[in-house]
Amino acid sequence: MSSVKDWAAPNPVTENRSGIIGKGVDRYEGKLKVTGTAAYAYEVEPPSPPAYGYLLPATIARGRITAIDTAAAEASPGVQIVWTHLNVPKQARRGERANPRSQRASNPALAGDRVEFFGQPVAFVAADTWENARAATHLIQVDYAVEPAVLDFRASLASAEMPHGEEDVRIGDFDGAYAKAPVQIDETYFSPIQNHVQMEPCATTAWWDGDKVTVHTSIQMVKGGQHALAETLAIPSDRVHLLTRYIGGGFGGKGQSYDDLTLAALGAQALGRPVKVAYTRQQMFQATIHRPAVSMRVRLGAEPDGRLNAFAVEAVTHCARNAPFVEHAANFSRNLYAAPNRLTGHRLVKMDIPAAGPMRAPGEASGMLSLECAMDELAEKLGIDPIELRLRNEPDVDPETGKPFSIRQLVQCLNTGAQRFGWERRNPRPGQVRDGRWLVGMGMACAIRGNFLLPAKAGVRIDADGTVTLRQGMTDIGTGTYTILAQITAETMGVTMEQVKIELGDSDFPPAPGSGGQFGAATAGSAAFEANMNLRKALAELAIGDPNSPLYGGDPTYVTFGNGNIAIENRSESLGALVARAAPEGVYVEGSITPAADARDYSQHTYGAHFAEVGVDTVTGEVRMRKMFGVFAAGRILNAKTARSQVTGGMIWGVGTALTEGNVVDPRYGSFINQDMAGYLVPTHADIVDLDAIFLAEADDKANPMGIKGVGELGICGAGAAVANAIYNACGVRLRDYPMTPDKVLEGLMAKGL
Amino acid sequence: MRPFTYERATDLAAAVKAVAENPGARFLAGGTNLLDLMKLDIEQPTHLVDVNRLPLSAIEDTVEGGLRIGAMVTNSHLAADARVRARYSVLTQSIVSGGSGQLRNKATTGGNLLQRTRCAYFYDTSKPCNKRHPGSGCSALEGLNRNSAIFGASEACIATHPSDMAVALTALDAQVETVTPQGATRTLAVADLHRLPGDTPHIETNLAPGELIAAVILPPAAAGGQVYQKARDRASYAGGLASVAVVGTKVAFGAVAHKPWRAEKAEAALAAGASAVEAAHAELAGARDNGKNGFKIALVARMTVAALDEAKQGRGA
Repeated sequence: MSSVKDWAAPNPVTENRSGIIGKGVDRYEGKLKVTGTAAYAYEVEPPSPPAYGYLLPATIARGRITAIDTAAAEASPGVQIVWTHLNVPKQARRGERANPRSQRASNPALAGDRVEFFGQPVAFVAADTWENARAATHLIQVDYAVEPAVLDFRASLASAEMPHGEEDVRIGDFDGAYAKAPVQIDETYFSPIQNHVQMEPCATTAWWDGDKVTVHTSIQMVKGGQHALAETLAIPSDRVHLLTRYIGGGFGGKGQSYDDLTLAALGAQALGRPVKVAYTRQQMFQATIHRPAVSMRVRLGAEPDGRLNAFAVEAVTHCARNAPFVEHAANFSRNLYAAPNRLTGHRLVKMDIPAAGPMRAPGEASGMLSLECAMDELAEKLGIDPIELRLRNEPDVDPETGKPFSIRQLVQCLNTGAQRFGWERRNPRPGQVRDGRWLVGMGMACAIRGNFLLPAKAGVRIDADGTVTLRQGMTDIGTGTYTILAQITAETMGVTMEQVKIELGDSDFPPAPGSGGQFGAATAGSAAFEANMNLRKALAELAIGDPNSPLYGGDPTYVTFGNGNIAIENRSESLGALVARAAPEGVYVEGSITPAADARDYSQHTYGAHFAEVGVDTVTGEVRMRKMFGVFAAGRILNAKTARSQVTGGMIWGVGTALTEGNVVDPRYGSFINQDMAGYLVPTHADIVDLDAIFLAEADDKANPMGIKGVGELGICGAGAAVANAIYNACGVRLRDYPMTPDKVLEGLMAKGL
Repeated sequence: MRPFTYERATDLAAAVKAVAENPGARFLAGGTNLLDLMKLDIEQPTHLVDVNRLPLSAIEDTVEGGLRIGAMVTNSHLAADARVRARYSVLTQSIVSGGSGQLRNKATTGGNLLQRTRCAYFYDTSKPCNKRHPGSGCSALEGLNRNSAIFGASEACIATHPSDMAVALTALDAQVETVTPQGATRTLAVADLHRLPGDTPHIETNLAPGELIAAVILPPAAAGGQVYQKARDRASYAGGLASVAVVGTKVAFGAVAHKPWRAEKAEAALAAGASAVEAAHAELAGARDNGKNGFKIALVARMTVAALDEAKQGRGA
């Protein structure tokens, strides 16, 4: 296994001779997407005319199905399948794992008479058209025996328990130090359930050839989906060919498979023809995972000069009764600020709503909404600028583990951001800046998010025409993976982007872990880099060993690649010519990456600073953005355009988090009140004004050979808190209950006599 | 969505007859609301009569000095009309604050008036709703009713009418011209078009089955400023938490009742010389909340004062 020290050595990507690394190259697949010719899972043309499936959701939160009348649905025009738990084909029991190496366990559909959440699919119809399937589904009558359910999180906080296998992390003596602290903050913040609201719903097109099933599905993890389906159908995974070429948003919500995958495969098998199944928009809200609500108590004990002496961040969150998941909303705070006495931990309420699960920056995205406001409150109490307060608590080493940082440019982010944003314009006294009926204010917050490298492989081949094709069981969920892999391949092989082909999202390709946890670029990119380095080696050996090559007999250590050529000093030939002559069938090699053996010796994160300016309408309590600026440090940036798009997208999500986004369970029914995009409000273009972000120059040679890090989740971390702090600075209303909608702001304004 | 049949009407009288004679039939105009509701199985028409090709797309000057707006004039077209912008700016303000650009391109004047509530429980067919299933109950009454009515609601229904345009039309004293099932033309005030829920919230207008809105008639513009203000959770493409239209001293509210709410008590107070604050409170004294929508009372009062103030300063005049 390699060492992080090896990664400091120069290589084609870090040398970046052609300059394509870091360039804002257009999306590799952009033209296909804007012309509507990129076939998403539901749009893939199957080999023969498909049937169309539709799912019926349960309308109770918890209980048992006592009867289902499907007669009218079965008699409805065009209907070919009506399945309930009584007649669905046999599947492996939930959680079963016949192959211990499977990354996912069995996830059967319509598996029994139990209902565990409102919206759970309880029947499946397939028909000749989608409309006929939908019309027939509405004719199914279900009777339930309803059982008591836990549906109100805020009313259930007292029942929260320590998550299985966890304990609080205590360093020093928090209680003693906090009690003695001359300045204290003790506040509780609430962030609601959020939905992923991917543009593309969960969808699958499936068909069988003999005993092998092909599924095009929308999922972030290729192997995870393949294994889940194989385990569910109780077949070996090599009989499941899973493809996920284009994904219209994942955000963590498609890290797992849903019943569309299982029922499309089962339906296609039963009918002997392809089947398409998609979730509706309403089912995406009601029957997929969500970011759980978090109630977070933050206690800060500080010296008068602002230095933190005691620090506690304690989260209460929730998950489904039978689907354990912990939103680790306090974890980020273990690496952010110095303080000798520390307490962090989590408690969990088991509820009868859909499973909670990961959503973009799980942990940080909701967790930072509290601490970064508490720091703002502390700064005001101390009479210290909130940036200065952060600077005074900047640690030299990881405050929890004592490990050295691989690189940490949080202070530079803060200082650069303050200057570029114009932080000096901020009046520290709230409610002082008027613009007509608006009060205007500014706020800031830090961003931190871990960086990860997982094991991955990639394959690359060069053909006789000089085309270099990279193949990887990786996904691009809209982040730009295709594009950065093309850039890495082009730079490493010394060819143009036009000579590079990237093929992703296929379970037959060398596996990569997929998209999630902002590990995609570093993980898949590093494996692709290693594969390309292996190809360089193979081609160098090919040329040097070929008497017809001008490089024949040369020293392989002096071989260079550039302008489509392989060369030793002034002896060169084109890659195409070499391959056409010496290996006309092409050359294929694979490469892989694993974390360095000593990677855990470093505290490794990405960092940033958010700055927001808002206006608060003093008549209505409406909050509107005026400006937002982010500065981020996240290793070497592979593509200026796609990376910026990732962090600004995260910041925009932060705006939604602060102002509009949230879902509420109706405790009488267990259903979400918002189940479409007219009810669940994400920011529109009109909500985003003058928003921009920059990256600081950085290369983290402890991260991976290319010194890159993830950026997909960093932008959302802390963003909502910066907006919340700006609201306070604008009007003096301190809200601790997200989202900060006009009704809440108005109540605060009126309480202040405004 | 249930299977349905479809015909494209070429003649006004025939269209009205086709719907009047078939209880399962509906007019189809822009389709921005009806088709969504059909997909969700909330509306279940068995037959659609498409009125898009009827000759109802003109905006004409009336001899009285007002405008006659064909029912099929799109929201975008109406908001952009130079006469509307110059003389009825409150109408343009209200229309462009509603929906999205794409929706306004499809949505029509008649259809906008007849759009149905955005109450979340109306949209969720698994819940009781007296609009969908008379007698089943109102889920919003004791539910998550942040967006529910504060005026004129009943035990049967606390839903609101979502139109922005209709609020401005109410303040403008506009009238609708209809074609009755008997083929006659009749006019009624926009303020009288919609009904309060009472114990029949599924009956939302005073139109007879099959009666078709042919036009909206604007009287000559009243003197004074014209202001439309809408409070909403985000800057665009969001239903109102509340809205206020002011035309001179005429006042109407949106998103607070089962119909565009003419603030008659506020108008009377203003006529009697009351201040804007007093006038707002005169109207809001009659407001009732159901828990989560209580903030609307203060919100509307504050917006009314602000809008009256702006109108007084001559905005939109």
